[in-house]
Amino acid sequence: MIAHFLVQGAQMALVLLLAPLLTGIVRKVKARLLRRRGASVFQPYRDLLKLLRKDVALAENASWLFRATPYLVFAVTWVAAALVPTFATGLVFSWAVDLIALAALLGSARFFLALAGMDVGTSFGGMGSSREVTIATLAEPAMLLIIFTLAFIAGSTQLSAIAAFMLSPEVGLRVSLGLALVALIMVAIAENARMPVDNPATHLELTMVHEAMVLEYSGRHLAMIEFAASLKLLLYVSLIACVFVPWGLASGGGGPAAYVIGAVTYAGKLTAAAVFLAVFETAVAKMRVFRVTEFLGAALMLGLLATLLLFVSRPP
Amino acid sequence: MTGLVFDIAHLLAGCLVLVSFLMLYQDRLYALLNIFALHALVLALSVAWQALIQDAPHLYVTATIALLFKAIIIPVALHRIIQRLGIHRQIETVVGIGPTMLAGMGLVALAMVVMLRVATDVNVLAREDLAFALAVVLLGLLLMVTRRNAVGQVVGFMSLENGLVLAATGAKGMPLVVEISVAFSILIAFIVIGIFLFRIRERFDTVDVHVLDSYRGEQG
Repeated sequence: MIAHFLVQGAQMALVLLLAPLLTGIVRKVKARLLRRRGASVFQPYRDLLKLLRKDVALAENASWLFRATPYLVFAVTWVAAALVPTFATGLVFSWAVDLIALAALLGSARFFLALAGMDVGTSFGGMGSSREVTIATLAEPAMLLIIFTLAFIAGSTQLSAIAAFMLSPEVGLRVSLGLALVALIMVAIAENARMPVDNPATHLELTMVHEAMVLEYSGRHLAMIEFAASLKLLLYVSLIACVFVPWGLASGGGGPAAYVIGAVTYAGKLTAAAVFLAVFETAVAKMRVFRVTEFLGAALMLGLLATLLLFVSRPP
Repeated sequence: MTGLVFDIAHLLAGCLVLVSFLMLYQDRLYALLNIFALHALVLALSVAWQALIQDAPHLYVTATIALLFKAIIIPVALHRIIQRLGIHRQIETVVGIGPTMLAGMGLVALAMVVMLRVATDVNVLAREDLAFALAVVLLGLLLMVTRRNAVGQVVGFMSLENGLVLAATGAKGMPLVVEISVAFSILIAFIVIGIFLFRIRERFDTVDVHVLDSYRGEQG
């Protein structure tokens, strides 16, 4: 029993340790693709440590909500990221890893962040919150449709069960799964404020969404929010890897060898995802804010199409 | 094995529907043409797979025709036309992309509902191919309706014809002669349309078909 808890604890620590590294690798590959040398892949750790040591500059009219939100967002995102199977399924808390619960956790984190953006009353924060919520109103229905598709196919919204089903030979090639994958990637890009939707490295007033919302934060509050953003990226990568490339995942009864295999393949998947994301971000241009609704509308449409096609692709 | 055979046929037909949606999403002419070439490529793959599983060698000819004419010759020719007309930068849609997408979803749902009801007692694979084919045809019609530019309408017409070919291969009955004559009539239609485009442009200095409305005589 204690060993089970240890494995779960290891996963919780692992996501915490790996999240900044993933961000660092993406930045490094992006820099190399632009023929810059780029900062070390460990730079995000240093940034976080530096921010943690700095004082917090608070606006005079900031309420308790503004101060509590960074910790809340971090905690909720960490819980969500620690629940998604990374190297093994069938952990102690696997019964709680429901896709709808994940969507709800992330949704509540976003809710508080949007509130905090408006708390101080600066125009940027309000603008960022408004844009973030606009994006969310399209991204969340798309996410839910993807969840419905997966649940229809696998017969469960629990991630462990879905991963187990994807590993079984009865999956076959399905159009709906392909559509769901594309839609999930689009939602992940939008949710993580990555390139065609939002530029994570910009502070240009007209285009920023996520950065505008957290503009008032500094010091350890900012560290929490940046950490949460890294965790969210890791979460989405783990989610996509767990559902669509579940090979190598250690199942519940496996010994230490299975865990090692799981960890190694997980590292491989993370690196592949980081390189893919960096190449994709280098290849596309940021779109206008008003185009984002079309982009996410396409994701929503793909999700809807995936659900619709399920009715014809039921095995004979 | 039958499961996988079915899945691949299904996947290719589903991809065709998806590429139709991609065409609806494009708002630039060159991108539209590239996606149209992709559409024809997916169609060729789908037909070739049907040839393999139905053991019908004449379908390979259909696949080759689709690949040659629709994936290479027609897109290249349309590229040239666009270049000569000098309209590669403009495209106007009648309604926005969002409503078009929604209408497209409605049409796909309609196609599924109709086909699953009507063709209950045929082979499953044929039935679903028919459902997808109907969806592609309807999406092609939608593309024609939503574009103001004549070149966009031509592409919509061609993609509609791709849907017909998909239906024909799924139904296991279309003789090769019919297939070849359809392919050639499409090519001839394309040539006629091409000439027509230049005529329209010579006369009205644009290929925006809305300009034609004022020459109908109703409003004047």
